[in-house]
Amino acid sequence: MSLRIVVTVKYVPDATGDRHFADDLTVDRDDVDGLLSELDEYAVEQALQISENSDDDVEVTVLTVGPEDAKDALRKALSMGADKAIHVEDDDLHGTDAIGTSLVLAKAIEKAGFDLVVSGMASTDGTGGIVPALVAERLGVPQVTLLSQVSVGDGVVKGRRDGDAASEQLEASLPAVVSVTDQSGEARYPSFKGIMAAKKKPVESWDLSDLDIEAEEVGLEGAFTKVEVANERPARTAGTIVKDEGEGGKQLAEFLASQKFI
Amino acid sequence: MAEVLVYVDHVDGAVRKPTLELLTLARRIGEPVAVALGNGAADTAAALAEHGAVKVLTHDASEYAEYLVVPKVDALQAAYDAVSPAAVLVPSSAEGKEIAARLALRIGSGIITDAVDLEAGDEGPVATQSVFAASFTTKSRVIKGTPVITVKPNSAAVEAAPAAGAVETLAVTFSDQATGTKVTARTPRESTGRPELTEAAIVVSGGRGVNGAENFSIIEALADSLGAAVGASRAAVDAGWYPHTNQVGQTGKSVSPQLYIANGISGAIQHRAGMQTSKTIVAVNKDAEAPIFELVDYGVVGDLFDVVPQLTEEIKARKG
Ligand SMILES: Cc1cc2nc3c(=O)[nH]c(=O)nc-3n(C[C@H](O)[C@H](O)[C@H](O)COP(=O)(O)OP(=O)(O)OC[C@H]3O[C@@H](n4cnc5c(N)ncnc54)[C@H](O)[C@@H]3O)c2cc1C
Ligand SMILES: Cc1cc2nc3c(=O)[nH]c(=O)nc-3n(C[C@H](O)[C@H](O)[C@H](O)COP(=O)(O)OP(=O)(O)OC[C@H]3O[C@@H](n4cnc5c(N)ncnc54)[C@H](O)[C@@H]3O)c2cc1C
Repeated sequence: MSLRIVVTVKYVPDATGDRHFADDLTVDRDDVDGLLSELDEYAVEQALQISENSDDDVEVTVLTVGPEDAKDALRKALSMGADKAIHVEDDDLHGTDAIGTSLVLAKAIEKAGFDLVVSGMASTDGTGGIVPALVAERLGVPQVTLLSQVSVGDGVVKGRRDGDAASEQLEASLPAVVSVTDQSGEARYPSFKGIMAAKKKPVESWDLSDLDIEAEEVGLEGAFTKVEVANERPARTAGTIVKDEGEGGKQLAEFLASQKFI
Repeated sequence: MAEVLVYVDHVDGAVRKPTLELLTLARRIGEPVAVALGNGAADTAAALAEHGAVKVLTHDASEYAEYLVVPKVDALQAAYDAVSPAAVLVPSSAEGKEIAARLALRIGSGIITDAVDLEAGDEGPVATQSVFAASFTTKSRVIKGTPVITVKPNSAAVEAAPAAGAVETLAVTFSDQATGTKVTARTPRESTGRPELTEAAIVVSGGRGVNGAENFSIIEALADSLGAAVGASRAAVDAGWYPHTNQVGQTGKSVSPQLYIANGISGAIQHRAGMQTSKTIVAVNKDAEAPIFELVDYGVVGDLFDVVPQLTEEIKARKG
């Protein structure tokens, strides 16, 4: 038996950098360093753990849809321990929205072959948190999403989803799409050995024609949504800051009262 | 006037506040038709009618509780086919976003997630989003298909607007995918009696500075003096001091209350992502250089173990 896992990983601008929009109202990727979305590290980690806990032959493939630099995200995932990588790269992808991204991912996942897809709970830039559900819908397989705990065995994936109203135990037959939260367990750091090994691992590059996708279906041209205005939030006007010299709590109460909170 | 489909978030018939906000926003772009599914669906009608629903489409089946997400997508699609609405609005919960996304794909439409405001535009509804940890505000539209938009809690003030609220049972045929993901067990969350974090008008949060699970009683006491919800930073949650369901931030809840009080929280970008849109921000932190002070309307540089109990006492005294 073998198990083919595809992990979707997004390359995003560093959240601690000064993120902003380009003139065409897409994310400006030139001015801020990019990296593997931190929340996808949890997806890679869970895929590696499923692999390590399995008696089957497991192959972990990491997949990204993004520009040239997105290779950095793949390298990071490979150095953590993934076996191989696929990079979908095409100039016509610039400005693709969530519906379009899910199309490209689903086609690439089908082409790669899969038993299990593992995604992050959300990207750290778009933060939609809908791509895994969209990919499941497109692939026609169960979605087992937002898991804080996941396990795979005997062709079944099980997991725990901690929702607002309840904590649920979920179960589905493979093939399936899973997404994992940052509660699923700390992601490992790449070791020196892992970093060296990653340099030799295969990275395949596909473009839209490899996936039978027309340029008009994706990118800004194919987008189902349009950003019309993007404004930087005005800086908050400087607030009052007091040093507690024994009366700090009372002073704060006075402020709250003046604002009619008490 | 065009009809607007509103997906109802309710617990056994009790409609949650974000849905009432959605009805208020829906009235700006058309006539709300509500869709309520699962146990108690029909019991939602009165509250929905009170807030502007001209029609309430209901359906109950065991599938909604036994399987994840897809049965609800099937039902919302049935409602969509029955109504041909001008837009579909869904509360921005984790589940709501997934339902909305799958519906959008099925009906060939775009989706906008996590809108914080909505208005009618010449070419269809315009949604405001607060992005990049609330450092930018965008306005976007769905330009293909019927706009599907998910809206965050606290995006509008609830306004009553009595309407007919005629109840109709929806005819739903479940798809082959509906039974794909089984819910094998469910443990309901115990109520603390405090307001729901995302819906609360006031949120009092504690971070690493609270320094221990037992000390969270100080934070809870302040919250209770104000009738507030309790939040926590990820550092406090990861340390096991407070439940993950109370985490505020990028991977926790995003809150937008009238007042947010951060105690012993430094104000990392991922925390700010979840609270930066709060109307008034207050912080207590012993480090004058903590980044949270860049956001505050009022800040106290001091030890929270001195400041917070004194504040709580003062509030109690003032409230008598
Ligand atoms: C500020 C902002 C707001 C946006 N709002 C919208 C919107 O309202 N509607 C809309 O349609 N689009 C929107 N987009 C575009 C959207 O972010 C991209 O289309 C993106 O590729 C997919 O959505 P996401 O980032 O929200 O992913 P999420 O759904 O948050 O990501 C979940 C998981 O999907 C996988 N994934 C997502 N993208 C990729 C990728 N490119 N390669 C590999 N894996 C991936 C990862 O595993 C990730 O953890 C927005 C983008 C930005 C920057
Ligand atoms: C992908 C990702 C997602 C994340 N998501 C979230 C999220 O959703 N929410 C979140 O909060 N974080 C999140 N984080 C973590 C975030 O980066 C910070 O690590 C975290 O917010 C720090 O929590 P803190 O402010 O409580 O702790 P610290 O940064 O350690 O700050 C503690 C503060 O308490 C003050 N203090 C200490 N003692 C006292 C005292 N006695 N009185 C007064 N003040 C005192 C200190 O001066 C300090 O400023 C995420 C990180 C990543 C990488």
